[in-house]
Amino acid sequence: MCVGVSLSGPGPAIVMVEVEVTVRIVVDRDLCQGHGVCESEAPEVFAVSKAGELTVVDERPRGDRRAIEAAVKYCPTHALRIVEEP
Amino acid sequence: MTATAPTAGVPRVSGEGEATGTGHLEELRLDPIGLMKRTRTECGDVGTFRLAHRDVVLLTGPEANEIFFRAPEEDLDQAEAYPFMTPIFGEGVVFDASPEQRRKALHNQALRDKFMRGHAATIAAEVDSMLDRSPGGGAIDLLDWFAELTIYTSSACLIGRRFRNQLDGSFARLYHDLEQGTDALAYVDPYADIPSFRARDAARAGLVALVEAIMATRQSAPEPAKEDRDLLDVLMSIKDEDGSDHFSAHIITGMFISMMFAGHHTTSGTAAWTLIELLRRPEYLAEVVAELDGLVAEDPEITYQALREMPKLEAAIKESLRLHPPLIMLLRVAKTPVAVGGHVIPTGTMVATSPSVSNRDPQAFANPEVFEPSRYLNGREDDVGNPWSWIPFGAGRHRCVGAAFAMMQLKAIFSVLLSRYDFTLTQPSDTYRNDHSKMVVQLAQPCAARMTPR
Repeated sequence: MCVGVSLSGPGPAIVMVEVEVTVRIVVDRDLCQGHGVCESEAPEVFAVSKAGELTVVDERPRGDRRAIEAAVKYCPTHALRIVEEP
Repeated sequence: MTATAPTAGVPRVSGEGEATGTGHLEELRLDPIGLMKRTRTECGDVGTFRLAHRDVVLLTGPEANEIFFRAPEEDLDQAEAYPFMTPIFGEGVVFDASPEQRRKALHNQALRDKFMRGHAATIAAEVDSMLDRSPGGGAIDLLDWFAELTIYTSSACLIGRRFRNQLDGSFARLYHDLEQGTDALAYVDPYADIPSFRARDAARAGLVALVEAIMATRQSAPEPAKEDRDLLDVLMSIKDEDGSDHFSAHIITGMFISMMFAGHHTTSGTAAWTLIELLRRPEYLAEVVAELDGLVAEDPEITYQALREMPKLEAAIKESLRLHPPLIMLLRVAKTPVAVGGHVIPTGTMVATSPSVSNRDPQAFANPEVFEPSRYLNGREDDVGNPWSWIPFGAGRHRCVGAAFAMMQLKAIFSVLLSRYDFTLTQPSDTYRNDHSKMVVQLAQPCAARMTPR
């Protein structure tokens, strides 16, 4: 997968780097309350049952990175993390 | 039950009212935050005060809070901790259930993300209709106004618009009397013969009568279209074998009261405090209004996605929640000995933590007494960075399941309010304060403001 990373700091340079990464989804089961925000954002990766049980359908997703990031960002209990693996 | 033996090892705060034998109950009814702050000052992270015949071990500081919030229901149980709720919900509702049943019940389908988009539009419509009642603006009482509004928003979202449309201001007034029936005296006797408990019981009976009347209109009316059916229609359609109704008006009312309870005074109070704090800081308010106007210019229908991206308004709401958490004390009962801070809290002891104290912990927050929305802006995340100290919604596995709904609701309310009206405080700024005489904290009246069309 190609990901554009922009590194902007106090210096003048903005560097665009193209990197190949695989991502892994990590769930803190102590925190998940089954709201289903992740499922709304990235239905190909997350499934939440009617009883609120989360299943990560695809633990190493290769699809839309932005959808996965939105799932992590908007998780109401901050129960999700993305771990990047080279 | 004896008061002294169990928690003998844990330091005790000064000021037990020996004369009446009720411990710190009177102080808790007058100045609960003062009592909890003093407990932390005198005893540290683990300290005891006495509530009538029971010891309450108050945990403060991030380490002790983390133990409190990570504990499963089987260790620290909520069921026995809130005896003042039973007469409000009614016998047989909510707190009579097992932890497992409660976990399932708490998993309220209406709070699922897929329903949030619809709720956002519903809430905006309710705010519009409240505002339409006074097109020229005028004086409002912040407690009454937001309490009525949030009865309409929560009933519309959680029960359904058909039910909401059968309500008027009388439901909100009765509901307010219920909330006022939460005097800590309930720890001695939840049915004591005092005015606020009598008003509570009369209010509950009044709400049952209102729900009964609504049920009667439906029994004689034609079936609504499937998409208009609400939770009341569903509950009324459930019959016993002999054809009689499975749920009585008493039980249905109890279910509705309990569904709405957690999200009512909490959201109402936070809306009022957010408005007060913004009006105290006109420069920051101007930034919030500019943020909203920018979004409205893009799309006059405030979308669900737009509601998620309002950093300035969100920071103001978070900061109001930090300074004025709607729940000042969270309670549990130890069902097993719990080790914390070098002490062991014995089975049967009440255990508490305090959002009011923790949200202003100087170890976690710079200038803890100051309203500073910049704590949550430009890369600063004082809330996420202090998960066991920034606790207006609690934390961990018991974090408020309605937190996301509450935040969306508050943003939707302010999106409509601030795009249509200007507000001014009509009392000296320091006269707006909370009334802590009940376990359900409410804004003290008078709390007047004026609204003027923009």
